[in-house]
Amino acid sequence: MTQIEEVNYEQYRHLVSERAFTGETMLLNMGPQHPSTHGVLRLLLELDGEVIVNAVPDIGFLHTGVEKNMEAKTYLKAEVMSDRLDYMNNLGNNLAYCMAVEKLVELDVPPRAQALRVILVELQRIASHLVWIGTFGLDLAAMSVFLYAFREREQILDIFELCSGQRMMTTFIRPGGLWRDVPVEFETAVRNFLKIFPKRVDEYEALLTKNPLFLDRLLGIGKLDAATALQHGVTGPMLRASGVKWDLRKARPYMGYEQYDFDIPVRTEGDTYARYLVRVQEFRESMKIIEQALNKLPMGPVRSDNRKFVPPPRSEIGVSMEALIHHFKLWTEGFSAPKGSVYSAVESPRGELGVYLEGDGGPKPHRVHWRTPSFSNLSVVPKLVKGHLVADLVAILASTDIVLGDIDR
Amino acid sequence: MGVFDPLLELLRGLGTTFKMALDKPVTYQYPEEKRPVRPRFRGRHVLKRYENGLEKCIGCSLCAAACPADAIFVEASENTDEKRFSPGERYASTYEINMLRCIYCGFCEDACPTEAIVLGDNYELSFYDRRSAIYTKEMLLEPVPSVEMTTPRKVEPGVFTRSVPEMKDPQD
Repeated sequence: MTQIEEVNYEQYRHLVSERAFTGETMLLNMGPQHPSTHGVLRLLLELDGEVIVNAVPDIGFLHTGVEKNMEAKTYLKAEVMSDRLDYMNNLGNNLAYCMAVEKLVELDVPPRAQALRVILVELQRIASHLVWIGTFGLDLAAMSVFLYAFREREQILDIFELCSGQRMMTTFIRPGGLWRDVPVEFETAVRNFLKIFPKRVDEYEALLTKNPLFLDRLLGIGKLDAATALQHGVTGPMLRASGVKWDLRKARPYMGYEQYDFDIPVRTEGDTYARYLVRVQEFRESMKIIEQALNKLPMGPVRSDNRKFVPPPRSEIGVSMEALIHHFKLWTEGFSAPKGSVYSAVESPRGELGVYLEGDGGPKPHRVHWRTPSFSNLSVVPKLVKGHLVADLVAILASTDIVLGDIDR
Repeated sequence: MGVFDPLLELLRGLGTTFKMALDKPVTYQYPEEKRPVRPRFRGRHVLKRYENGLEKCIGCSLCAAACPADAIFVEASENTDEKRFSPGERYASTYEINMLRCIYCGFCEDACPTEAIVLGDNYELSFYDRRSAIYTKEMLLEPVPSVEMTTPRKVEPGVFTRSVPEMKDPQD
Protein backbone atom coordinates (compact mmCIF):
# COMPACT_ATOMS: atom_id res chain seq x y z
CA MET A 1 0.00 0.00 0.00
CA THR A 2 1.30 3.40 -0.86
CA GLN A 3 1.77 5.87 1.92
CA ILE A 4 0.02 9.15 1.40
CA GLU A 5 2.46 11.84 2.39
CA GLU A 6 1.25 14.88 4.15
CA VAL A 7 1.68 18.00 2.08
CA ASN A 8 4.61 20.04 3.22
CA TYR A 9 3.48 23.60 2.78
CA GLU A 10 6.96 24.92 3.54
CA GLN A 11 8.13 24.03 0.04
CA TYR A 12 5.50 26.29 -1.48
CA ARG A 13 6.34 29.32 0.67
CA HIS A 14 8.53 30.91 -1.98
CA LEU A 15 5.64 31.18 -4.43
CA VAL A 16 4.17 34.11 -2.54
CA SER A 17 5.87 36.96 -0.73
CA GLU A 18 6.54 37.03 3.01
CA ARG A 19 3.86 39.65 3.41
CA ALA A 20 1.22 37.00 2.72
CA PHE A 21 2.10 35.25 5.99
CA THR A 22 1.72 38.33 8.12
CA GLY A 23 -1.69 38.98 6.69
CA GLU A 24 -0.60 42.14 4.97
CA THR A 25 -1.58 40.79 1.54
CA MET A 26 -4.45 38.50 0.71
CA LEU A 27 -4.33 35.15 -1.05
CA LEU A 28 -7.17 34.58 -3.47
CA ASN A 29 -8.02 31.60 -5.62
CA MET A 30 -9.15 32.33 -9.15
CA GLY A 31 -10.45 29.27 -10.87
CA PRO A 32 -10.45 26.44 -11.77
CA GLN A 33 -14.18 27.12 -12.13
CA HIS A 34 -13.96 30.62 -13.46
CA PRO A 35 -15.18 31.62 -16.92
CA SER A 36 -12.32 34.05 -17.50
CA THR A 37 -9.64 31.43 -17.08
CA HIS A 38 -10.73 29.86 -20.39
CA GLY A 39 -11.06 26.34 -19.14
CA VAL A 40 -9.80 24.86 -15.94
CA LEU A 41 -6.85 26.99 -14.95
CA ARG A 42 -6.38 27.81 -11.31
CA LEU A 43 -4.52 30.96 -10.43
CA LEU A 44 -3.37 31.65 -6.91
CA LEU A 45 -3.29 35.41 -6.58
CA GLU A 46 -1.55 37.39 -3.91
CA LEU A 47 -3.32 40.70 -3.68
CA ASP A 48 -2.38 43.97 -2.09
CA GLY A 49 -5.75 45.64 -2.14
CA GLU A 50 -6.74 45.11 -5.76
CA VAL A 51 -3.20 45.08 -7.08
CA ILE A 52 -1.64 41.74 -7.93
CA VAL A 53 1.63 41.06 -6.15
CA ASN A 54 2.06 37.48 -7.32
CA ALA A 55 0.19 35.11 -9.54
CA VAL A 56 0.86 31.39 -9.48
CA PRO A 57 -0.75 29.33 -12.22
CA ASP A 58 -1.77 25.83 -11.23
CA ILE A 59 -2.31 23.58 -14.20
CA GLY A 60 -3.18 19.94 -14.72
CA PHE A 61 -6.92 19.93 -14.15
CA LEU A 62 -7.53 18.86 -17.72
CA HIS A 63 -4.73 16.32 -17.91
CA THR A 64 -5.99 13.43 -20.01
CA GLY A 65 -2.78 11.56 -20.68
CA VAL A 66 -2.85 12.14 -24.42
CA GLU A 67 0.87 11.57 -24.89
CA LYS A 68 0.92 8.30 -22.96
CA ASN A 69 -2.24 7.15 -24.66
CA MET A 70 -0.70 7.69 -28.07
CA GLU A 71 2.12 5.31 -27.18
CA ALA A 72 -0.43 2.53 -26.76
CA LYS A 73 -1.90 2.97 -30.25
CA THR A 74 -0.58 2.37 -33.73
CA TYR A 75 0.55 5.37 -35.76
CA LEU A 76 -2.74 5.48 -37.66
CA LYS A 77 -4.97 5.15 -34.61
CA ALA A 78 -3.00 7.53 -32.40
CA GLU A 79 -4.05 10.38 -34.65
CA VAL A 80 -7.51 10.62 -33.11
CA MET A 81 -5.85 11.71 -29.88
CA SER A 82 -4.31 14.72 -31.59
CA ASP A 83 -7.76 16.17 -32.33
CA ARG A 84 -8.46 16.28 -28.67
CA LEU A 85 -5.47 18.24 -27.37
CA ASP A 86 -6.09 21.74 -28.55
CA TYR A 87 -9.77 21.57 -29.33
CA MET A 88 -9.70 24.93 -31.14
CA ASN A 89 -7.12 23.78 -33.63
CA ASN A 90 -8.04 20.19 -34.49
CA LEU A 91 -6.82 20.19 -38.07
CA GLY A 92 -3.63 21.98 -37.12
CA ASN A 93 -2.89 19.26 -34.58
CA ASN A 94 -3.66 16.60 -37.18
CA LEU A 95 -1.25 18.32 -39.54
CA ALA A 96 1.54 18.53 -36.95
CA TYR A 97 1.17 14.85 -36.09
CA CYS A 98 0.89 13.69 -39.70
CA MET A 99 3.92 15.73 -40.71
CA ALA A 100 5.91 14.06 -37.94
CA VAL A 101 4.78 10.59 -39.05
CA GLU A 102 5.50 11.41 -42.67
CA LYS A 103 8.97 12.61 -41.72
CA LEU A 104 9.63 9.47 -39.70
CA VAL A 105 8.60 7.01 -42.41
CA GLU A 106 9.60 9.28 -45.33
CA LEU A 107 6.21 9.47 -46.94
CA ASP A 108 5.41 11.93 -49.71
CA VAL A 109 2.24 13.99 -49.81
CA PRO A 110 0.65 14.75 -53.21
CA PRO A 111 0.47 18.48 -54.14
CA ARG A 112 -3.32 18.59 -54.07
CA ALA A 113 -3.37 17.25 -50.54
CA GLN A 114 -0.78 19.83 -49.53
CA ALA A 115 -2.82 22.71 -50.93
CA LEU A 116 -6.02 21.42 -49.33
CA ARG A 117 -4.22 21.02 -46.02
CA VAL A 118 -3.16 24.65 -46.21
CA ILE A 119 -6.72 25.78 -46.94
CA LEU A 120 -8.17 23.74 -44.10
CA VAL A 121 -5.54 24.74 -41.58
CA GLU A 122 -5.96 28.41 -42.44
CA LEU A 123 -9.74 28.06 -42.06
CA GLN A 124 -9.06 26.48 -38.71
CA ARG A 125 -6.82 29.40 -37.79
CA ILE A 126 -9.69 31.80 -38.58
CA ALA A 127 -12.09 29.65 -36.56
CA SER A 128 -9.72 29.62 -33.61
CA HIS A 129 -9.18 33.36 -33.77
CA LEU A 130 -12.95 33.80 -33.97
CA VAL A 131 -13.38 31.98 -30.69
CA TRP A 132 -10.58 34.09 -29.30
CA ILE A 133 -12.08 37.41 -30.44
CA GLY A 134 -15.46 36.32 -29.08
CA THR A 135 -14.19 35.34 -25.66
CA PHE A 136 -11.82 38.30 -25.57
CA GLY A 137 -14.77 40.63 -26.07
CA LEU A 138 -16.81 38.67 -23.57
CA ASP A 139 -14.12 38.94 -20.90
CA LEU A 140 -14.07 42.69 -21.44
CA ALA A 141 -17.87 42.88 -21.25
CA ALA A 142 -18.54 43.14 -25.00
CA MET A 143 -21.23 40.50 -25.40
CA SER A 144 -22.38 40.98 -28.98
CA VAL A 145 -19.05 40.32 -30.71
CA PHE A 146 -19.08 36.87 -29.13
CA LEU A 147 -22.38 36.04 -30.81
CA TYR A 148 -21.24 37.38 -34.18
CA ALA A 149 -17.92 35.56 -34.04
CA PHE A 150 -19.59 32.25 -33.26
CA ARG A 151 -21.97 32.73 -36.17
CA GLU A 152 -19.04 32.94 -38.59
CA ARG A 153 -17.23 30.12 -36.86
CA GLU A 154 -20.25 27.93 -37.47
CA GLN A 155 -19.83 28.54 -41.21
CA ILE A 156 -16.26 27.25 -41.03
CA LEU A 157 -17.27 24.26 -38.93
CA ASP A 158 -19.94 23.52 -41.51
CA ILE A 159 -17.22 23.40 -44.17
CA PHE A 160 -15.37 20.92 -41.97
CA GLU A 161 -18.51 18.84 -41.64
CA LEU A 162 -18.87 18.93 -45.41
CA CYS A 163 -15.36 17.49 -45.83
CA SER A 164 -14.98 15.15 -42.93
CA GLY A 165 -18.40 14.55 -41.42
CA GLN A 166 -17.51 16.12 -38.10
CA ARG A 167 -17.50 19.73 -37.07
CA MET A 168 -14.64 19.57 -34.63
CA MET A 169 -12.98 16.17 -34.23
CA THR A 170 -12.34 15.86 -37.93
CA THR A 171 -9.30 13.56 -38.20
CA PHE A 172 -9.39 14.65 -41.83
CA ILE A 173 -5.66 15.00 -42.41
CA ARG A 174 -4.14 11.52 -42.41
CA PRO A 175 -0.53 10.35 -42.74
CA GLY A 176 0.20 10.46 -46.47
CA GLY A 177 -2.49 12.94 -47.45
CA LEU A 178 -6.14 13.37 -46.58
CA TRP A 179 -8.95 11.04 -45.59
CA ARG A 180 -10.79 11.63 -48.88
CA ASP A 181 -10.91 14.28 -51.54
CA VAL A 182 -13.10 17.25 -50.66
CA PRO A 183 -16.65 17.15 -52.07
CA VAL A 184 -17.62 19.33 -55.04
CA GLU A 185 -19.49 21.84 -52.86
CA PHE A 186 -16.28 22.59 -50.99
CA GLU A 187 -15.02 25.30 -53.32
CA THR A 188 -18.29 27.24 -53.39
CA ALA A 189 -18.61 26.97 -49.63
CA VAL A 190 -15.12 28.37 -49.07
CA ARG A 191 -15.61 31.09 -51.70
CA ASN A 192 -18.89 32.12 -50.07
CA PHE A 193 -17.15 32.37 -46.78
CA LEU A 194 -14.33 34.46 -48.27
CA LYS A 195 -16.92 36.78 -49.79
CA ILE A 196 -18.76 37.38 -46.52
CA PHE A 197 -15.92 37.30 -44.05
CA PRO A 198 -13.99 40.55 -44.86
CA LYS A 199 -17.16 42.52 -44.11
CA ARG A 200 -17.57 40.64 -40.87
CA VAL A 201 -14.04 41.46 -39.76
CA ASP A 202 -14.81 45.12 -40.47
CA GLU A 203 -17.84 44.77 -38.22
CA TYR A 204 -15.81 43.33 -35.37
CA GLU A 205 -13.38 46.16 -35.81
CA ALA A 206 -16.20 48.70 -35.79
CA LEU A 207 -17.32 47.24 -32.50
CA LEU A 208 -13.95 46.95 -30.83
CA THR A 209 -10.86 48.49 -32.40
CA LYS A 210 -11.52 52.14 -31.59
CA ASN A 211 -14.11 51.67 -28.89
CA PRO A 212 -12.95 53.99 -26.06
CA LEU A 213 -14.12 51.61 -23.33
CA PHE A 214 -12.19 48.79 -24.98
CA LEU A 215 -9.06 50.90 -25.41
CA ASP A 216 -9.15 51.96 -21.77
CA ARG A 217 -9.00 48.34 -20.72
CA LEU A 218 -6.17 47.38 -23.07
CA LEU A 219 -3.67 50.13 -23.84
CA GLY A 220 -0.42 49.65 -21.94
CA ILE A 221 -1.72 46.60 -20.06
CA GLY A 222 0.48 43.52 -19.78
CA LYS A 223 3.51 44.81 -21.63
CA LEU A 224 5.78 42.01 -22.83
CA ASP A 225 9.19 42.86 -24.21
CA ALA A 226 10.84 40.75 -26.87
CA ALA A 227 13.67 39.54 -24.65
CA THR A 228 11.34 38.17 -21.96
CA ALA A 229 9.13 36.63 -24.60
CA LEU A 230 12.03 34.76 -26.16
CA GLN A 231 13.29 33.71 -22.73
CA HIS A 232 9.99 32.02 -21.99
CA GLY A 233 9.67 30.45 -25.43
CA VAL A 234 6.61 32.51 -26.25
CA THR A 235 5.54 32.03 -29.86
CA GLY A 236 2.73 32.96 -32.18
CA PRO A 237 0.77 36.20 -32.23
CA MET A 238 1.92 36.98 -28.71
CA LEU A 239 5.55 37.03 -29.81
CA ARG A 240 4.75 38.95 -32.97
CA ALA A 241 2.93 41.59 -30.91
CA SER A 242 6.21 42.10 -29.04
CA GLY A 243 8.08 43.00 -32.19
CA VAL A 244 9.69 39.68 -33.15
CA LYS A 245 8.90 38.70 -36.72
CA TRP A 246 8.82 34.96 -36.30
CA ASP A 247 6.33 32.75 -38.02
CA LEU A 248 7.08 29.15 -38.94
CA ARG A 249 5.06 29.52 -42.12
CA LYS A 250 7.70 31.99 -43.34
CA ALA A 251 10.74 30.93 -41.33
CA ARG A 252 10.51 27.18 -41.99
CA PRO A 253 7.90 26.79 -44.72
CA TYR A 254 6.00 23.50 -44.81
CA MET A 255 3.17 22.22 -47.01
CA GLY A 256 4.15 24.67 -49.73
CA TYR A 257 3.56 27.85 -47.75
CA GLU A 258 6.46 29.42 -49.63
CA GLN A 259 4.30 29.68 -52.80
CA TYR A 260 1.74 31.92 -51.16
CA ASP A 261 2.11 35.63 -50.82
CA PHE A 262 1.17 36.87 -47.37
CA ASP A 263 2.49 39.15 -44.67
CA ILE A 264 3.18 38.49 -41.04
CA PRO A 265 1.54 41.18 -38.94
CA VAL A 266 3.98 42.52 -36.38
CA ARG A 267 3.48 45.16 -33.70
CA THR A 268 6.13 46.53 -31.41
CA GLU A 269 4.06 47.73 -28.45
CA GLY A 270 3.81 44.30 -26.81
CA ASP A 271 0.70 45.17 -24.84
CA THR A 272 -2.71 43.55 -24.82
CA TYR A 273 -3.98 45.86 -27.53
CA ALA A 274 -1.07 44.97 -29.84
CA ARG A 275 -1.95 41.29 -29.48
CA TYR A 276 -5.50 42.11 -30.43
CA LEU A 277 -4.39 44.00 -33.53
CA VAL A 278 -2.02 41.24 -34.64
CA ARG A 279 -4.73 38.60 -34.44
CA VAL A 280 -7.29 40.72 -36.25
CA GLN A 281 -4.77 41.31 -39.01
CA GLU A 282 -4.14 37.55 -39.17
CA PHE A 283 -7.79 37.09 -40.16
CA ARG A 284 -7.06 39.04 -43.33
CA GLU A 285 -3.75 37.33 -44.02
CA SER A 286 -5.29 33.87 -43.64
CA MET A 287 -8.00 34.84 -46.09
CA LYS A 288 -5.31 35.85 -48.57
CA ILE A 289 -3.64 32.45 -48.24
CA ILE A 290 -6.91 30.56 -48.65
CA GLU A 291 -7.84 32.52 -51.75
CA GLN A 292 -4.46 31.93 -53.40
CA ALA A 293 -4.45 28.26 -52.51
CA LEU A 294 -7.96 27.85 -53.84
CA ASN A 295 -7.13 29.63 -57.10
CA LYS A 296 -4.22 27.38 -57.92
CA LEU A 297 -5.54 24.19 -56.37
CA PRO A 298 -3.95 21.40 -58.41
CA MET A 299 -5.91 18.33 -59.48
CA GLY A 300 -4.73 14.83 -58.70
CA PRO A 301 -4.75 12.29 -55.92
CA VAL A 302 -5.07 13.38 -52.29
CA ARG A 303 -3.37 10.35 -50.77
CA SER A 304 0.02 8.86 -51.26
CA ASP A 305 -0.17 5.55 -53.16
CA ASN A 306 2.46 3.93 -50.99
CA ARG A 307 0.44 0.90 -49.89
CA LYS A 308 2.82 0.06 -47.09
CA PHE A 309 1.60 3.12 -45.16
CA VAL A 310 -1.68 4.27 -46.67
CA PRO A 311 -4.70 1.93 -46.87
CA PRO A 312 -5.79 1.13 -50.43
CA PRO A 313 -8.93 2.70 -51.94
CA ARG A 314 -12.19 0.85 -51.50
CA SER A 315 -12.47 -0.05 -55.19
CA GLU A 316 -9.31 -2.16 -54.98
CA ILE A 317 -10.24 -4.18 -51.90
CA GLY A 318 -12.82 -6.36 -53.65
CA VAL A 319 -10.70 -7.14 -56.69
CA SER A 320 -7.07 -7.32 -55.57
CA MET A 321 -5.86 -9.85 -53.07
CA GLU A 322 -2.76 -7.76 -52.42
CA ALA A 323 -4.89 -4.71 -51.62
CA LEU A 324 -7.01 -6.74 -49.22
CA ILE A 325 -3.89 -7.97 -47.43
CA HIS A 326 -2.53 -4.42 -47.15
CA HIS A 327 -5.91 -3.22 -45.92
CA PHE A 328 -6.12 -5.86 -43.18
CA LYS A 329 -2.50 -5.43 -42.21
CA LEU A 330 -2.71 -1.64 -41.91
CA TRP A 331 -5.91 -1.62 -39.89
CA THR A 332 -4.84 -4.34 -37.46
CA GLU A 333 -1.11 -4.30 -36.92
CA GLY A 334 -0.41 -0.95 -38.56
CA PHE A 335 2.80 0.00 -40.31
CA SER A 336 6.18 -0.15 -38.65
CA ALA A 337 8.24 2.99 -38.46
CA PRO A 338 12.03 2.87 -38.35
CA LYS A 339 14.04 3.46 -35.22
CA GLY A 340 14.76 7.12 -34.78
CA SER A 341 13.28 10.38 -33.68
CA VAL A 342 11.85 13.36 -35.53
CA TYR A 343 10.55 16.76 -34.58
CA SER A 344 8.19 18.66 -36.81
CA ALA A 345 6.43 21.89 -36.03
CA VAL A 346 3.61 23.92 -37.50
CA GLU A 347 2.42 27.43 -36.79
CA SER A 348 -0.79 26.91 -34.87
CA PRO A 349 -3.11 29.87 -34.12
CA ARG A 350 -1.36 30.11 -30.77
CA GLY A 351 2.24 29.63 -31.83
CA GLU A 352 4.69 26.86 -32.52
CA LEU A 353 3.01 23.51 -32.19
CA GLY A 354 5.59 20.78 -32.39
CA VAL A 355 5.49 17.02 -32.26
CA TYR A 356 8.46 14.99 -31.17
CA LEU A 357 8.02 11.43 -32.28
CA GLU A 358 10.29 8.54 -31.46
CA GLY A 359 9.96 5.29 -33.31
CA ASP A 360 11.38 2.02 -32.04
CA GLY A 361 10.99 -0.06 -35.17
CA GLY A 362 7.55 -1.30 -34.20
CA PRO A 363 4.05 -0.22 -35.20
CA LYS A 364 3.54 1.98 -32.17
CA PRO A 365 5.43 5.16 -31.28
CA HIS A 366 7.87 4.75 -28.44
CA ARG A 367 7.37 8.32 -27.30
CA VAL A 368 5.18 11.18 -28.49
CA HIS A 369 5.78 14.58 -27.04
CA TRP A 370 3.81 17.69 -27.88
CA ARG A 371 5.46 21.06 -27.67
CA THR A 372 2.36 23.14 -27.18
CA PRO A 373 2.30 26.90 -27.59
CA SER A 374 -0.23 27.61 -24.83
CA PHE A 375 2.04 26.08 -22.22
CA SER A 376 4.95 28.40 -22.99
CA ASN A 377 2.67 31.37 -23.46
CA LEU A 378 1.06 30.83 -20.07
CA SER A 379 4.48 30.66 -18.37
CA VAL A 380 5.00 34.35 -19.04
CA VAL A 381 1.63 35.45 -17.64
CA PRO A 382 2.76 35.69 -13.96
CA LYS A 383 5.41 38.19 -15.05
CA LEU A 384 2.92 40.22 -17.06
CA VAL A 385 0.27 40.59 -14.40
CA LYS A 386 2.48 41.87 -11.58
CA GLY A 387 1.36 45.32 -10.50
CA HIS A 388 -1.87 45.22 -12.48
CA LEU A 389 -5.42 45.05 -11.21
CA VAL A 390 -7.43 41.83 -11.08
CA ALA A 391 -9.59 43.10 -13.94
CA ASP A 392 -6.44 43.55 -16.04
CA LEU A 393 -5.44 39.99 -15.33
CA VAL A 394 -8.60 38.91 -17.12
CA ALA A 395 -7.65 41.02 -20.14
CA ILE A 396 -4.08 39.72 -20.17
CA LEU A 397 -5.15 36.10 -19.84
CA ALA A 398 -7.68 36.54 -22.64
CA SER A 399 -5.07 38.14 -24.88
CA THR A 400 -2.65 35.22 -24.46
CA ASP A 401 -5.34 32.95 -25.95
CA ILE A 402 -4.63 29.86 -23.90
CA VAL A 403 -6.43 26.58 -24.43
CA LEU A 404 -6.24 24.35 -21.41
CA GLY A 405 -6.52 21.17 -23.45
CA ASP A 406 -3.32 22.30 -25.10
CA ILE A 407 -1.54 23.04 -21.84
CA ASP A 408 -2.45 19.94 -19.83
CA ARG A 409 -2.61 17.39 -22.66
CA MET B 1 -8.43 62.62 -31.69
CA GLY B 2 -11.21 65.15 -31.14
CA VAL B 3 -13.35 65.39 -28.06
CA PHE B 4 -16.33 63.74 -29.72
CA ASP B 5 -14.39 60.99 -31.47
CA PRO B 6 -14.79 58.42 -28.68
CA LEU B 7 -18.50 59.11 -28.69
CA LEU B 8 -18.66 58.68 -32.46
CA GLU B 9 -16.82 55.38 -32.19
CA LEU B 10 -19.29 54.17 -29.59
CA LEU B 11 -22.16 55.12 -31.88
CA ARG B 12 -20.49 53.36 -34.80
CA GLY B 13 -20.32 50.18 -32.74
CA LEU B 14 -23.90 50.60 -31.66
CA GLY B 15 -24.90 51.04 -35.31
CA THR B 16 -23.37 47.65 -36.08
CA THR B 17 -25.40 46.06 -33.32
CA PHE B 18 -28.55 47.70 -34.62
CA LYS B 19 -27.88 46.48 -38.15
CA MET B 20 -27.46 42.94 -36.83
CA ALA B 21 -30.74 43.14 -34.97
CA LEU B 22 -32.48 43.40 -38.33
CA ASP B 23 -30.59 40.44 -39.80
CA LYS B 24 -32.22 37.08 -40.33
CA PRO B 25 -31.47 34.78 -37.38
CA VAL B 26 -29.08 31.92 -38.14
CA THR B 27 -30.03 29.78 -35.18
CA TYR B 28 -32.19 26.65 -35.21
CA GLN B 29 -34.99 26.18 -32.71
CA TYR B 30 -33.81 22.72 -31.69
CA PRO B 31 -35.53 20.27 -30.98
CA GLU B 32 -38.57 21.54 -32.88
CA GLU B 33 -36.42 22.36 -35.87
CA LYS B 34 -33.41 20.20 -36.69
CA ARG B 35 -30.28 21.21 -38.47
CA PRO B 36 -29.79 19.09 -41.59
CA VAL B 37 -26.53 17.16 -41.58
CA ARG B 38 -24.04 16.83 -44.42
CA PRO B 39 -23.82 13.60 -46.45
CA ARG B 40 -20.51 12.64 -44.84
CA PHE B 41 -21.85 13.19 -41.32
CA ARG B 42 -20.60 10.67 -38.81
CA GLY B 43 -23.42 9.82 -36.46
CA ARG B 44 -24.79 6.59 -35.01
CA HIS B 45 -23.66 3.41 -36.74
CA VAL B 46 -25.90 1.30 -38.94
CA LEU B 47 -25.20 -2.27 -40.00
CA LYS B 48 -26.16 -2.57 -43.65
CA ARG B 49 -27.77 -5.37 -45.63
CA TYR B 50 -27.47 -6.40 -49.27
CA GLU B 51 -30.45 -5.92 -51.56
CA ASN B 52 -31.29 -9.60 -51.11
CA GLY B 53 -31.57 -9.08 -47.35
CA LEU B 54 -28.36 -10.83 -46.32
CA GLU B 55 -26.23 -9.01 -43.80
CA LYS B 56 -23.10 -7.37 -45.14
CA CYS B 57 -21.18 -8.00 -41.92
CA ILE B 58 -19.01 -11.10 -42.15
CA GLY B 59 -17.76 -10.96 -38.57
CA CYS B 60 -14.12 -10.29 -39.44
CA SER B 61 -13.63 -7.97 -36.43
CA LEU B 62 -11.59 -5.52 -38.46
CA CYS B 63 -13.74 -2.68 -37.13
CA ALA B 64 -12.96 -3.77 -33.58
CA ALA B 65 -9.27 -3.88 -34.42
CA ALA B 66 -9.33 -0.45 -36.05
CA CYS B 67 -11.32 1.21 -33.28
CA PRO B 68 -9.03 3.59 -31.38
CA ALA B 69 -11.44 3.69 -28.45
CA ASP B 70 -11.99 -0.10 -28.22
CA ALA B 71 -15.73 0.47 -28.36
CA ILE B 72 -16.65 -2.46 -30.60
CA PHE B 73 -17.02 -6.11 -29.68
CA VAL B 74 -17.59 -8.72 -32.39
CA GLU B 75 -18.02 -12.46 -32.07
CA ALA B 76 -18.24 -14.53 -35.23
CA SER B 77 -20.00 -17.84 -35.93
CA GLU B 78 -20.17 -20.18 -38.91
CA ASN B 79 -22.75 -19.73 -41.65
CA THR B 80 -24.41 -22.75 -43.25
CA ASP B 81 -26.65 -22.85 -46.30
CA GLU B 82 -29.49 -24.01 -44.03
CA LYS B 83 -29.10 -20.99 -41.75
CA ARG B 84 -27.43 -18.22 -43.71
CA PHE B 85 -26.96 -14.72 -42.25
CA SER B 86 -24.35 -13.32 -44.60
CA PRO B 87 -22.43 -14.37 -47.68
CA GLY B 88 -19.24 -16.31 -47.05
CA GLU B 89 -18.17 -18.52 -44.23
CA ARG B 90 -18.94 -16.49 -41.16
CA TYR B 91 -21.30 -13.91 -39.72
CA ALA B 92 -21.33 -11.78 -36.60
CA SER B 93 -23.31 -13.60 -33.91
CA THR B 94 -22.62 -10.81 -31.43
CA TYR B 95 -22.04 -7.23 -32.44
CA GLU B 96 -21.93 -4.60 -29.75
CA ILE B 97 -20.88 -0.97 -29.80
CA ASN B 98 -20.49 0.97 -26.60
CA MET B 99 -21.77 4.39 -27.56
CA LEU B 100 -20.17 5.98 -24.51
CA ARG B 101 -16.74 4.88 -25.62
CA CYS B 102 -17.26 5.61 -29.30
CA ILE B 103 -15.60 8.81 -30.52
CA TYR B 104 -17.24 8.79 -33.99
CA CYS B 105 -13.93 8.90 -35.82
CA GLY B 106 -15.26 6.65 -38.59
CA PHE B 107 -12.26 4.30 -38.55
CA CYS B 108 -14.61 1.31 -38.38
CA GLU B 109 -16.28 2.47 -41.57
CA ASP B 110 -12.89 2.91 -43.24
CA ALA B 111 -11.68 -0.47 -42.08
CA CYS B 112 -14.78 -2.50 -42.96
CA PRO B 113 -13.95 -4.62 -46.03
CA THR B 114 -17.61 -5.14 -46.99
CA GLU B 115 -19.14 -1.70 -46.32
CA ALA B 116 -21.24 -3.30 -43.60
CA ILE B 117 -20.83 -0.67 -40.93
CA VAL B 118 -21.70 2.87 -41.91
CA LEU B 119 -21.90 5.93 -39.70
CA GLY B 120 -25.41 7.28 -40.15
CA ASP B 121 -27.16 10.58 -39.60
CA ASN B 122 -28.57 10.06 -36.13
CA TYR B 123 -26.85 12.26 -33.57
CA GLU B 124 -29.48 12.10 -30.84
CA LEU B 125 -27.93 9.60 -28.50
CA SER B 126 -28.75 9.87 -24.86
CA PHE B 127 -29.22 7.23 -22.23
CA TYR B 128 -30.53 6.91 -18.73
CA ASP B 129 -27.85 4.44 -17.70
CA ARG B 130 -24.57 3.08 -18.93
CA ARG B 131 -25.94 -0.34 -19.84
CA SER B 132 -28.37 1.06 -22.37
CA ALA B 133 -25.46 2.81 -24.11
CA ILE B 134 -24.33 -0.58 -25.39
CA TYR B 135 -26.02 -1.05 -28.74
CA THR B 136 -26.50 -4.65 -29.76
CA LYS B 137 -26.68 -6.12 -33.22
CA GLU B 138 -30.50 -5.99 -33.28
CA MET B 139 -30.44 -2.26 -32.57
CA LEU B 140 -27.77 -1.51 -35.16
CA LEU B 141 -28.96 -3.72 -38.01
CA GLU B 142 -31.03 -2.23 -40.81
CA PRO B 143 -34.60 -3.56 -41.12
CA VAL B 144 -35.09 -6.20 -43.81
CA PRO B 145 -36.51 -4.96 -47.16
CA SER B 146 -39.32 -7.55 -47.05
CA VAL B 147 -40.50 -10.39 -44.81
CA GLU B 148 -39.17 -13.31 -46.88
CA MET B 149 -35.70 -11.77 -46.75
CA THR B 150 -35.17 -12.16 -43.00
CA THR B 151 -31.94 -13.68 -41.76
CA PRO B 152 -31.13 -16.44 -41.03
CA ARG B 153 -32.74 -18.14 -43.97
CA LYS B 154 -32.31 -21.24 -46.12
CA VAL B 155 -30.50 -20.57 -49.39
CA GLU B 156 -29.41 -22.58 -52.40
CA PRO B 157 -26.06 -24.25 -51.67
CA GLY B 158 -22.93 -22.88 -53.33
CA VAL B 159 -24.28 -19.46 -54.32
CA PHE B 160 -23.14 -17.16 -51.51
CA THR B 161 -19.50 -18.12 -51.16
CA ARG B 162 -17.81 -14.80 -51.57
CA SER B 163 -17.38 -12.70 -48.41
CA VAL B 164 -15.78 -9.55 -49.76
CA PRO B 165 -17.77 -7.98 -52.60
CA GLU B 166 -16.55 -5.66 -55.34
CA MET B 167 -17.04 -2.08 -54.21
CA LYS B 168 -16.88 1.43 -55.60
CA ASP B 169 -15.00 4.34 -54.11
CA PRO B 170 -17.26 6.64 -52.07
CA GLN B 171 -18.76 9.25 -54.38
CA ASP B 172 -20.12 12.14 -52.32
